[in-house]
Amino acid sequence: MIDRDTVEHVARLARLALTEEERERFAEQLGRILEYADRLSALPLDDVPPTSHALPMTNVLRDDAVAPSLPRDEVLAQAPARRDGFFVVPRVFDEG
Amino acid sequence: MATPAGAPRTVVGLEIHVQLLTASKMFCGCAVSFGAPPNTLVCPVCLGLPGALPVLNRRAVDLGLRTALALGCRIHPRSQFHRKNYFYPDLPKNYQISQYEYAGHPPLATGGALEIVTEGARRLVRIRRVHLEEDTGRLVHAEGASGSLVDFNRSGVPLMEIVTEPDLRSPAEAREFLTALRRLLQFAEVSSGRMEEGTLRCDANVSLVGDDGVPGIRTEVKNMNSIRAVERALAYEVARQAEARRRGEAVVQETRHWDERRGVTFGSRSKEEAQDYRYFPEPDLVPLEVDEAWLERVRASLPELPAARRDRLMAAFGLGGADADRLTASPAMARFFEETVAAFPDARVVANWLVGEVAAYLNEHGTEIDAITLTPRRLADLLRLIEDGTLSGRLAKEILVAMIKDDLDAVAVVEARGLRQISDEAALGRIVEEVLAAHPGPVADVRAGKDRALGFLVGQVMKATGGRANPEAVNRLLRERVGS
Repeated sequence: MIDRDTVEHVARLARLALTEEERERFAEQLGRILEYADRLSALPLDDVPPTSHALPMTNVLRDDAVAPSLPRDEVLAQAPARRDGFFVVPRVFDEG
Repeated sequence: MATPAGAPRTVVGLEIHVQLLTASKMFCGCAVSFGAPPNTLVCPVCLGLPGALPVLNRRAVDLGLRTALALGCRIHPRSQFHRKNYFYPDLPKNYQISQYEYAGHPPLATGGALEIVTEGARRLVRIRRVHLEEDTGRLVHAEGASGSLVDFNRSGVPLMEIVTEPDLRSPAEAREFLTALRRLLQFAEVSSGRMEEGTLRCDANVSLVGDDGVPGIRTEVKNMNSIRAVERALAYEVARQAEARRRGEAVVQETRHWDERRGVTFGSRSKEEAQDYRYFPEPDLVPLEVDEAWLERVRASLPELPAARRDRLMAAFGLGGADADRLTASPAMARFFEETVAAFPDARVVANWLVGEVAAYLNEHGTEIDAITLTPRRLADLLRLIEDGTLSGRLAKEILVAMIKDDLDAVAVVEARGLRQISDEAALGRIVEEVLAAHPGPVADVRAGKDRALGFLVGQVMKATGGRANPEAVNRLLRERVGS
């Protein structure tokens, strides 16, 4: 089960501001998703190897060659805040 | 280190991040370059824009395999990448692509060992694993600013993580291990291996084991920017844990940061939560398969490693083990030695100057052989001036320092300072006559058979010539004229 506090915690990590109504709605929706996953846990899958990729491919590689990067103005134009060529984010106080 | 009875035993394991020597990033074509203006080396992949797809850099895999071979690791025929999920502003996708290890999912390589010399004995330190991952962006905390600044040029730069078993038994052993590993990485041409520039980074797990054999709580120490800092931080942390043990206080399992200026480690102020990184296979990258043919190609491309280089220098040039060790401290030093010998074939003399005067200069100035103005040709020219009698060894040492400081050839320094050795017999003879006339007492002593007085007179001639006289010629001329 997902309660509203968990939704609030996840929202805070993702820097999302949710209204009381949204917290309630997402708690209910996320709860249903997890319940669905629980149904898979109930199946006897011990002998089935996990599938991490749908395609039977390996070794998709590129040569170590430099390609052009994006123009900085275009990149920074996508951001809500920028200064001196940097992105600006809410102040980070200390490393966790 | 012999542990006194009752004293706790130190247990250290290291996690080392190595920036690989590639031209482009791990999963995109943006250039890897230190010091470019912020956010000029970014694209949809390394900015984590929706829909962008990573493609693995073959060269980064080659360099990881090189390292695994050099460390004698078991290379897994099949490995894959995972997402390590966490939230931090330097991580644009909110996950880091890495290689996680769990049942049936090995990383690139496991096992292996690196030999270190500690207290005069050789010992193997086991390597737990070697895996590939990407670097994060860089956060800048500007003074007085309301926000933090982010530069994503480093985002997606290829990293290799090397994890040791907890085999290290003292801060000094950790230093020895890091020195040996850096040397290996540099000789293998895998990384520049510079901790000061962040191309080699080291976190350390440290704990104490009591004489009852019960392991203590371990702490993880971060933020060390040189090999010396690692040794100092570990020494501090060992002493701190030992003191807590003596007082019967608990050591808290936590991450501690090294403060270089204050010389202490401190715990994070933020509450420690057990991190759940929710690892899962990276669906955008297919598994990596390394077959024998690929490994053979990497093996064939592996440059000469430090141990082989050392043995070869000893065999080819008749060097002693201690000199060979110091000349293979870095590939730059080994290359400098061999290039100098190519121009001045007396290898013993070259070795003596490199491990003597040149090494002393590097130590004193905290620099490296490839970061100073001295070149193999310039050193060879200087040694030739000693050989042909133009310079005394003592003068040559001064000239060497001037050459490095002023970025000059030996001959240019000699001319600029008028330091050419006075071998001209007539000129030297006049100075000898003056000295004899000024010191009748010592002259009488020499005639009376007191050789000590001759040394005094030689000293006076050297003083009068500013050290430029050829000592052998001075000795001979003095003896002739005093008639002893």
